[in-house]
Formats: sequence, structure tokens, C-alpha cells
Amino acid sequence: MRRSERLIEWALAASAYASIFVLAGIFILLLWQGAQAFKEISIFEFVTSARWDPTSPEKAGYGIISMVFSTFLVSLGAMIITIPLGVGVAAYLSEFADYRVRELLKPAIEVLASVPSVVVGFLGVAVIGPWIARTFNIPNGLNALNGSILLSVMCLPTVVSLSEDAFRAVPQEYRQGSLALGANSWETLIGVTLPGAAPGILAAVMLSLGRAIGETMTVLMACGNAPAFPTDFLAAVRTMTATIAIELGEVPQGTTHFYALFAVGFALFILSFAVNLVADYVLHRYQGRRR
Amino acid sequence: MKRFWSLIGRSYLVLCTLAAFVALVFILGIITSRGWGVMSWEFLTAMPRKGMTEGGIYPAIAGTAFVSMLTLIFSLPLGVGAAIYLNEYAEDSKGTRLIRLAIRNLSGVPSVVYGLFGVVLFVTLMKLGTNLLSAGLTMGLLTLPWIITASEEALRSVPRAYRDGALALGATRWQAIRTAVLPPAMPGILTGAILGLSRAAGETAPILFTGAAFYLPYVPKSPTDQFMALPYHLYILATQHQSIEKVRPLAYGTALTLVGLVFILNLGAFLIRYRMRRKLEKAR
Repeated sequence: MRRSERLIEWALAASAYASIFVLAGIFILLLWQGAQAFKEISIFEFVTSARWDPTSPEKAGYGIISMVFSTFLVSLGAMIITIPLGVGVAAYLSEFADYRVRELLKPAIEVLASVPSVVVGFLGVAVIGPWIARTFNIPNGLNALNGSILLSVMCLPTVVSLSEDAFRAVPQEYRQGSLALGANSWETLIGVTLPGAAPGILAAVMLSLGRAIGETMTVLMACGNAPAFPTDFLAAVRTMTATIAIELGEVPQGTTHFYALFAVGFALFILSFAVNLVADYVLHRYQGRRR
Repeated sequence: MKRFWSLIGRSYLVLCTLAAFVALVFILGIITSRGWGVMSWEFLTAMPRKGMTEGGIYPAIAGTAFVSMLTLIFSLPLGVGAAIYLNEYAEDSKGTRLIRLAIRNLSGVPSVVYGLFGVVLFVTLMKLGTNLLSAGLTMGLLTLPWIITASEEALRSVPRAYRDGALALGATRWQAIRTAVLPPAMPGILTGAILGLSRAAGETAPILFTGAAFYLPYVPKSPTDQFMALPYHLYILATQHQSIEKVRPLAYGTALTLVGLVFILNLGAFLIRYRMRRKLEKAR
């Protein structure tokens, strides 16, 4: 009896510790595979060159700068749309909407999060792209702007839901104090509630930024995939995720090009890891202070 | 002046909310209205024909169902086990804090990175090949953090008294968990499992190189077969097909099927949670 209890506890502990192994495994495998790319390409070229052209007949180029920049451009565009919109929705739901409206709207917006990314990407190809092309009078609407619009839709539920939590976590006494001093509800929101919720909102934004950086299918389908340095939001761009998704299926295993894609994956992993870590830090510091 | 700015501000908030709501209605409306035309029993149950320009999407539906099931088979036992350990056994030590940090970070790892990991570990190192098994294992790891988080929440909502009662009757720790904690936590765990299933059904990037096939006019018979999947099929129809405009209606049909599937699963999870909450309220 005693022994089987021990065995069970041991098995449960093993499944819990598995998470650490998976995370470490991802890190090590990507590093190991990616490192083999640097037998033939210089790390310096990889991190400073903007020319990614592994199949060039003259000289293959393995620089990731243009795709890193594209990733940030598309994510930045998404944040520019999502932050004012999402925080606005969250503020409305938590401060002004009455109970029934909130109970209806909150799950409705969370429905957005369950739409698969490939469906969002498809709408980018079939609906938003043609619309952008007509609006800006360009031959085709598959570009950074398209990706940003779609990513903003996907990031919206995260920002709304977490920012609403942040608004809610601001003690009621703060609002009452502000109202008692003669401020109206809007001034209370701007002067008291919003600053109080700011760290939580920041964490929400960082989390959704992490998602945007790592999102694959939507940007792959909607951004046009031109492997060049982007000049503006109407340029076709190719992000790190899209590059991996497009090229990994086509290259033979064990080639420098194959390993280089793992190096890109490693860079992507580190990037999103860093963003998530910051989100985590902000969230915990802020919760710690509150207690 | 004070009033003016307050009015502007509050209108802005209402506008934001309306915009978000309109975006949702717009997305669902377009997919439904344009997908409805091709939706039929035949579309759902027939094989694709003539280079996927005609016929149905049956193998893609079946493939999605199989790979999602495999995903759960791999991630559910491991995830629930981890959640039980974290919630019932573990103390707040360095080890458990490290586990929690790992889980949080795993949920932020981009799905395409899981795809890369799956290619090296399952396809190359373990030589499983590109098939249902490799894709299911890859996606199992991807859903693991969601399953753990959902199960832990379900376990946490079980009142302490249940455990104490069982222990007071002389049950061992595991007996108490098995008989007094797990049954009331089951609906919550099930909810998490269904949500994991629905997310796995919509994921594309992790199966891209681990087993999904462009076109297979049959349903996979074993875990070592390649498979078609709804999201990958939609991706092909939308961007890779040689006559993209011609297959556009089929793409809308596939999108509607996928969204419908995900929504039915979400609705199921929602209903279970709703009934569970009412039951808990009654018990109190």
C-alpha cells in the first residue's frame, strides 16, 4: 500500500517535471540544430545581414535582419491598433457597462480568440487584402498592413480580457475617493483607475505582443512573403515564422539551409521567451506589490 | 468643459466596444454567408475530386478528428498528472516554482517552434516518420500547458473539506484524491480537455512538417499514415492551389466547417462549465 502510494506520487511528480524537460528540450534541440548552420555561415553575417537568399546560385545569403524587422513591423502595427481599442473595450466593460451587457459582450469578444489563425489568414487573403488593394490603389493587398489588421483581431481578446482584470483589481475605494473629491467618472478613469491598472495592462500588451511575434499562419497567408527589407506598411513582408513555415518543407534535411532555419527558430524562441518573461515579471511584481 | 471631455471619452469607449463587436459579427457573418452555399451533407462526407476543385472534405475532417484525438491521448494523462501533483502534493519549493515558470513559458512558445521541435525529435531522432503519430505527439506537447492550467483550476475549485473528509475516514492521500477530489473536478478537467481539443483542431503550423499531407483521397487507417487536416486544407485552397479563384467557394466551405467544429466544441465546454457552476452553487 505504502509503496504504491509512493509510486503514484513519483509518477505524478514526473509528469509535472516533464514541463521543464520539454522547455529545456526545445531550447537544446533548437540550439543544437541551429548551431550546425554556423559551420558554414558566420554568426556575424546571420545577425547583421539583411539578405536572406539561401538558394542563390552565386552566393547564398543567410541574414535574418529583414525578417526580424518584418516581424516587429507587423507586430508593431497590430499593437498600434489593438492597444487603444482593447484598453477602450476593457475600460468600458469594467467601468461603464452594466452587468448584463458585460456578461454578453465579454464572452462574445472571447469568441474571437477561438477562431483558428488559418481562418483569420484566409479572410486576409479573400477579404481584407482586396479591400486594401482597392483603398490604396495597389495591385495586391498582401502586405504588412494586412497582417497587422488581422493580428490585431487575434490579439484583441487577450488585451481586453487581461486589461479588464487589471481594471477590476483596482480597489473600489480609489474610485470612491476620486468621486468624493468631485471628479466625474471619466476623470476618475483617466486619473485614478487607468494608472492603477497600468502594470496589468502593460503585462497584457506584452503577452499579446509575444503571441503576435510567434503567430505563423496568419502572417504567412496575408503578408505577401517578399524576403526583402520592408520600407513601409504597404510593403510585402516575410516574418521569421513565415520563413520557417515556407522553407522547411522544401529543403533537404541536413543541409546548411535546413540548419539555418533552426537558427531562425532559435532566434524566434529567444525573442518570444524574452517578451513573455518581461510580461511575467511585470505581472508578478505588480501582484506582489498589491499584497 | 469637464462634461464635454467626459462625453467624448465615454463615447470613445462605446465606439471601441462597438468596433470589436462589429469585427466579430463581420468575421462570422462573412464565413457563414459565403460558406453556407457549398455546405451540404455531400460536402462533409465525400472525397475531394478533380484536384480538389470538386467534391467534399471528408478526409480532412477525419484527419483533424484523428490528430486532435491523438493530441489529447498524449497530453491529457500527462497534463492532469502534472496538475494533480502541483495542486495536491507539491509544496512551494524552488522545484515547483521552476515547473510553473516552465509551464507559463511553454504556453508562449510559438506554434511553429513546436513544429521545428517535432521534426527533430519525433521525425528525425525517434524515426517515427511524418504521420499522424508525430503530428499528434507534437501537438500534444503544444496543448500540455493549457491542459495543466485548466486541470489545476478544476482541482483548486474542489473544497478542502472533501479532502479532509476522505483523509479523516482513513483514506490514503491518493485514495482521497481518486475518490473525493477527482470526481467533482472531472467536469472542469473535461472542459479543459474539450478546449484543448478545439485549439488542436485549428492549429496548422505544428502539423505542417510533421505529417499533414497536401492531398490524400482516403482516410488514414493507422497512426503511421499521413493525413489531411481541415486547417491545412484551407491553407492549401487559399494560397497554394493552382486555380485559387475557382476553389474559393470550397475554401469558404472548409472555413465554415472548421469554425463550426471549433464553436461546437467551445459551446460544449461552456455548457459543461455552466452546469457545473450551478451544481456547485446548489451544493453550497
